[in-house]
Amino acid sequence: MSRGRWLRRLWRSSTGRFGLIVVGVVAAVALVSVFWTPFSTRRTDVADRWALPGWPHLLGTDGTGRDILSLIMAGSKTAVLVAVGAGAIATVIGLALAALGALTARWIRESTAVLVDILIAFPVLLIAMMISAVWGGSLWVVIWSVGIGFGVNIARVTRPELRRVLHSDFVLAGRASGLTPAQNLWRHLLPNVAPVFIVQLSWGMAIAVLAEAGLSYLGFGAPVTEPSWGVLLAELQRQITVHPIAVVWLGLAITLTVLGLNLLGDSLRDATDPTLSRGRDPMAPPREAIRHVPGVRA
Amino acid sequence: MSLVVRDLVIDLDGRRVVDGVSFAVPDGARVGLIGESGSGKSLTALAVLGLLPQGAEASGSITWNGRELIGRPDRELARLRGDEIGIIFQEPRTALNPIRTVGRQIAESVRIHEGLGRRAAAARAVAEARRVFLPDPQRIVKRYPHELSGGQRQRVGIAIALACGPQLLIADEPTTALDVTIQAEILELLRGLVEESGMSLVFITHDLAVLSQIATDGVVLAQGRVVESAPVRDLLTQPRSTITQALLRDAKSTLWRTGGPS
Repeated sequence: MSRGRWLRRLWRSSTGRFGLIVVGVVAAVALVSVFWTPFSTRRTDVADRWALPGWPHLLGTDGTGRDILSLIMAGSKTAVLVAVGAGAIATVIGLALAALGALTARWIRESTAVLVDILIAFPVLLIAMMISAVWGGSLWVVIWSVGIGFGVNIARVTRPELRRVLHSDFVLAGRASGLTPAQNLWRHLLPNVAPVFIVQLSWGMAIAVLAEAGLSYLGFGAPVTEPSWGVLLAELQRQITVHPIAVVWLGLAITLTVLGLNLLGDSLRDATDPTLSRGRDPMAPPREAIRHVPGVRA
Repeated sequence: MSLVVRDLVIDLDGRRVVDGVSFAVPDGARVGLIGESGSGKSLTALAVLGLLPQGAEASGSITWNGRELIGRPDRELARLRGDEIGIIFQEPRTALNPIRTVGRQIAESVRIHEGLGRRAAAARAVAEARRVFLPDPQRIVKRYPHELSGGQRQRVGIAIALACGPQLLIADEPTTALDVTIQAEILELLRGLVEESGMSLVFITHDLAVLSQIATDGVVLAQGRVVESAPVRDLLTQPRSTITQALLRDAKSTLWRTGGPS
């Protein structure tokens, strides 16, 4: 597919644009928060506790007078780190297992498929909790457990797709045009499994954000000293009946991020698959011509 | 003698599917491989390109311009494929990659074998599309296979096979998946292109009526063996084997039903 064409198609769909903007904003905020937040996340001010949204605290403050916007910004750094880390691990593991299960000799293929089926039965989040309970929680436990868990998921879905494409005539035709097996993999096989892979990956990254927040909330993820949406949520929700507005912003941030990732993934799949394009066919006759076929009433 | 197949044997998962097939395709000859499905004609064609499916094993001899192809490393065979030997597949719906524009697929072998850049390859794709009489070639190369009709797709398939100007064209039932009227058009196009370039042709079909319109010689296969090998005219007028006689009866009934030879 020509470069740029799918990006344009992504931008033209409203969900794609929304996903792209949300994910872009979260990533940018995370990057900015590394160098700058409006207030230090450690700065407390008892005189200014539970401030309502306004100036200078745009989203208000918490029970110790910390600026909530700054805390959310700092937490987004953790969310992005977890999403990207888990996504990268899931990609490597998923594609490796899928390739092993689709392109190799028969006995390796079939044992890989069984291995994937066994691994997929493991409850990833429970295992992450167990590991944290025994060795102490850290972000890396979350990243690796979600990464491995979704890597297996990706392999489970991508493997049969890879096999289907492998046996299609156009892969044979690619070889008949003189492509080596490696070139064929890049040009014909992987692009054709990309739509399925992209959806799984974006879903995995969204789950990683949720898992980090969830595990940290329960005390199994990021340590309390780390800026994390989960930790922050646990702190703020204790006062939810008195100061509900403080939690709303955080909930919005988490929901929007997850929604953005999912919508981006879905739209990316649609955009990379030209057979799904709903655009007008440039060579089709104009609609009027169809409507006014002589002797036929629309 | 450009392509010579001698005593070709193909085993697929322990079953012998091609059993001692021999035939020759001299320079510029148009040879038809004809037989019922399962007679081993497609596998024979794939063996020439070294593209047999996993689990299939070929032995015997296939020489191309005097060089033995069986047992050659894949990397060397890849240099022949698409460059010296082109192939057209039966089903144009599945033989094209659904997510690449037809222009890029036509230009693929040119980019591999002639090392053309992106822009030069795109221009070449337009030229090749024009050569197979695709309508509006400038625009059609930018479209995806699902936006084309069956006949147009098969024209793309032909353009892909011919892009590098091969000396030998293998056509594996190129008209079987098409409507009768489109079949005639595609056959006409193929015959024109083959005559114009002087390349040799191996045409695979199960239909003697189709074969008679394009090939000069016929090799009749049944259950992996050659049962008869003769000029097409002789196959039509004095078929010796019972298989050929049956194929001829089928062909005649087709002609009768469709209103005679065109």
